[in-house]
Amino acid sequence: MTTLHPGYNFAYLDEQTKRMIRRAILKAVAIPGYQVPFASREMPMPYGWGTGGVQVTAAILGEGDVLKVIDQGSDDTTNAVSIRKFFEKTAGVETTTETARATVIQTRHRIPETALQEGQTIVYQVPIPEPLRFLEPRETETRTMHGLEEYGLMHVKLYEDIATHGHIATTYAYPVKVNGRYLMDPSPTPKFDNPKMDMSPALQLFGAGREKRIYAIPPYTKVVSLDFEDHPFEVNKFDKPCALCAAEGVYLDEVILDDAGGRMFVCSDTDYCETRRAEGHRGEMLGEAPAFVSREPAE
Amino acid sequence: MYVAVKGGAEAIDNAHRLLAHERRGDPAVPEIAARQIDEQLALAVDRVMAEGSLYDRDLAALAIKQARGDLIEAIFLVRAYRTTLPRFGYAEPLDTGAMAIERRVSATYKDLPGGQILGPTFDYTHRLIDFALAAEASIEPPARASDSSAVDAPRVSGLLGDEGLIERNPPGHGDAEIGDLTREPLSFPADRDLRLQNLARGDEGFLLALGYSTQRGYGRNHPFVGEIRFGEVEVEFFAEDAGFAIPMGRIQVTECEMVNQFVGSAETPPQFTRGYGLVFGQSERKAMSMSLVDRALRAREFGEEAKAPAQDEEFVLSHSDNVQSTGFVEHLKLPHYVDFQSELELVRKLRAEHAESRAEDARSPDDGDMMREAAE
Amino acid sequence: MSALTDDLPLLTVDRLGKNYGSRIGCRDVSFELYAGEVLAVVGESGSGKSTLLSLLSTQLQPTAGAIRYRMRDGSVRDVFELSQAERRFLMRTDWGFVHQDAAQGLRMAVSAGANVGERLMAVGDRHYGNIRHAALDWLGRVEIEADRIDDAPRSFSGGMRQRLQIARNLVTNPRLVFMDEPTGGLDVSVQARLLDLLRGLVADLGLSVIIVTHDLAVARLLSHRIMVMRQGRVIETGLTDQVLDDPREPYTQLLVSSVLQV
Repeated sequence: MTTLHPGYNFAYLDEQTKRMIRRAILKAVAIPGYQVPFASREMPMPYGWGTGGVQVTAAILGEGDVLKVIDQGSDDTTNAVSIRKFFEKTAGVETTTETARATVIQTRHRIPETALQEGQTIVYQVPIPEPLRFLEPRETETRTMHGLEEYGLMHVKLYEDIATHGHIATTYAYPVKVNGRYLMDPSPTPKFDNPKMDMSPALQLFGAGREKRIYAIPPYTKVVSLDFEDHPFEVNKFDKPCALCAAEGVYLDEVILDDAGGRMFVCSDTDYCETRRAEGHRGEMLGEAPAFVSREPAE
Repeated sequence: MYVAVKGGAEAIDNAHRLLAHERRGDPAVPEIAARQIDEQLALAVDRVMAEGSLYDRDLAALAIKQARGDLIEAIFLVRAYRTTLPRFGYAEPLDTGAMAIERRVSATYKDLPGGQILGPTFDYTHRLIDFALAAEASIEPPARASDSSAVDAPRVSGLLGDEGLIERNPPGHGDAEIGDLTREPLSFPADRDLRLQNLARGDEGFLLALGYSTQRGYGRNHPFVGEIRFGEVEVEFFAEDAGFAIPMGRIQVTECEMVNQFVGSAETPPQFTRGYGLVFGQSERKAMSMSLVDRALRAREFGEEAKAPAQDEEFVLSHSDNVQSTGFVEHLKLPHYVDFQSELELVRKLRAEHAESRAEDARSPDDGDMMREAAE
Repeated sequence: MSALTDDLPLLTVDRLGKNYGSRIGCRDVSFELYAGEVLAVVGESGSGKSTLLSLLSTQLQPTAGAIRYRMRDGSVRDVFELSQAERRFLMRTDWGFVHQDAAQGLRMAVSAGANVGERLMAVGDRHYGNIRHAALDWLGRVEIEADRIDDAPRSFSGGMRQRLQIARNLVTNPRLVFMDEPTGGLDVSVQARLLDLLRGLVADLGLSVIIVTHDLAVARLLSHRIMVMRQGRVIETGLTDQVLDDPREPYTQLLVSSVLQV
């Protein structure tokens, strides 16, 4: 384990700040989906790069925790590596890429394919916590709309999608209603992941650093994606299984192989994909894919 | 190459090593010392202290060096450091009336008690590149007043106030605590204490543009520079144990008091109003811009129509912070391919449906388009 | 609704007043409005009629007096004692507001269909087909071609925008509609068509309407009763034809003679 940064508290933040954040988290858990303002601190990474998630993780992390950090579903994207290293350095906790082993998972843009369990906490990095923001730019007005549960405007947006495109054209950050009360932005995860939030046994925490908001979905809470009765919510389906591990019903990344239109689809959740390959599952392009995709050691 | 995205830890380490190398530049050129930056790029240090919200010259100079001269990056470094510092309490209000003045100008009076003191200023210089600076030029020693006693310069706003010509500085809410936006998230509507705090650490360029816009008619407020003063003030801290205020040290600040558009009503006789700016170090541009924007944000208080961007509190306060702005703008560099994949799928699907319906249309020609309603 | 409650006024305004500091917006306004009744408030600009409309529609808080409204459940409530949630709900279900400037009453960047459907969605309608059907129905009733349903009102003429605004308000079958110079700024021929349409809708739906206008011709065409305002006070009130044909107050006489001749 790397030596801890001298001069900094465990997990970077001072204990007073952590207590403040934990109070906000408790309030958020008590009112599922409600955005709790908190005195977000400057962090040593830029706003918009996960400062909200990092503060939430820092506030809940204990010495015995096992941390997994993903970005776009992958453990080794640059920002995930950077945040994981940050906690290795400042908290010295054990880290893992294995979803099932992690007690705390910080994520940007995905929910792991492996179903989360009781006792696990997933921390989402949130850029814009307000689902109504792009329909109504004023905080004072959106606050009133939440207070009075006036969410008609959100359906106006969905109506427009259907009128224009024949479908609801929102593909990520797809709005959900939590516990039958608060409209919530699930962070820019693809809507593919929305059903995983519903009745999840894990605690789901959301941190928005720049916008200074924390919200939460306690375990086993109803999370419903907005839709119309005659245009029900649907998740995107992929035509083919993962080209490397043959997994179906998972979210796939499109990888362009050459400039002649060659492309393949592979699991966005790299840990899931690698685990399956280790178990002997073989996709149709396994072995042919370039090393940067399969992440098998290049010779 | 994908390596850029999925390269992981090693790529990051290498990128940072290269950055350190580039920062140093040609090793044949002597390395710059933080001390040199502090002494010779003092205004850059001032800006980093002001927007970094931490008065520490050495640290700001070091941050500028580390940031390769990128001031917003340096401000960010200072802020991230500042946030980890323990907090003992709040200083007593600064007494800028007792400032050891280095520069003090008023645009509202030709002469006034304490006089106009030009001090170190770019004003009235001809903006010609001084090629002599390319070599080490010898500098004439400054002229010093023979009388070195401190100048007694009452504030212009005080002079106006004695006559009742300018609004009294709002006393605040009596004993109400002054807000602290580093400890409480900003909520709207925000009171003036929080607005001023926000502007004081706000981006100089952003405030400059907003202040400028008020002059060009987007929320005019008829400003006169009552006074700009720059110099050293004492910072005092009230120590509970001792029972009195203890001097902590001296800092340089620039203060701008703008005298603005008068208001009056049946009940109250007309009075000028105020816009206020206070900045660490020497930055008249920032202090003046801040006071213009402060006054613009008081539109509602005076029952003025508030339509211009500079008068829009939520707009101004939510976008003034350059650490927030730069983070969020630059986060677009982070991978977004999961979301993009969703959009890609959808657009492909929509395009396919579009092509299909086009093909159908071609097979069954319409009886003729319905006439669209003519404009009435 | 029983005949018994229909005998009661829908809206009772009791000594309503509004001061702006020392300036009077309007003062001591009292009247009752019954179901199906159209009341025109007329006067020059600055007469206080716009202030009155803002008070009646609860956009302004009065400095004196009260407004009582008979809710759909028959209970009579002081509208300023309703909670914010109740008031906002009332405003998008049982009340309507037609602005002079359609851009204030419409979402200009959103399609005509969504403009009409918004109130339905706001009260919980979650069936796209039904919402669209209701929108088509209402567009037809305000004489907007069905094929404009997916166009944004930005592309509409002034008259169409105004008709769309009316449809957007009426889709929840409100009982009381406020109108602020609904024909202002439109060409004369367009005005005539709009007035015609409004008169038909008001009669068919049995709407109660409070319409503010400086145009006495509009008042004569639409309203049953009229209230003349000057300097913040009501100076004359009565049946529209009576007041316009035989004005008592010298000011009303002046108003009638100067306008109706045109």
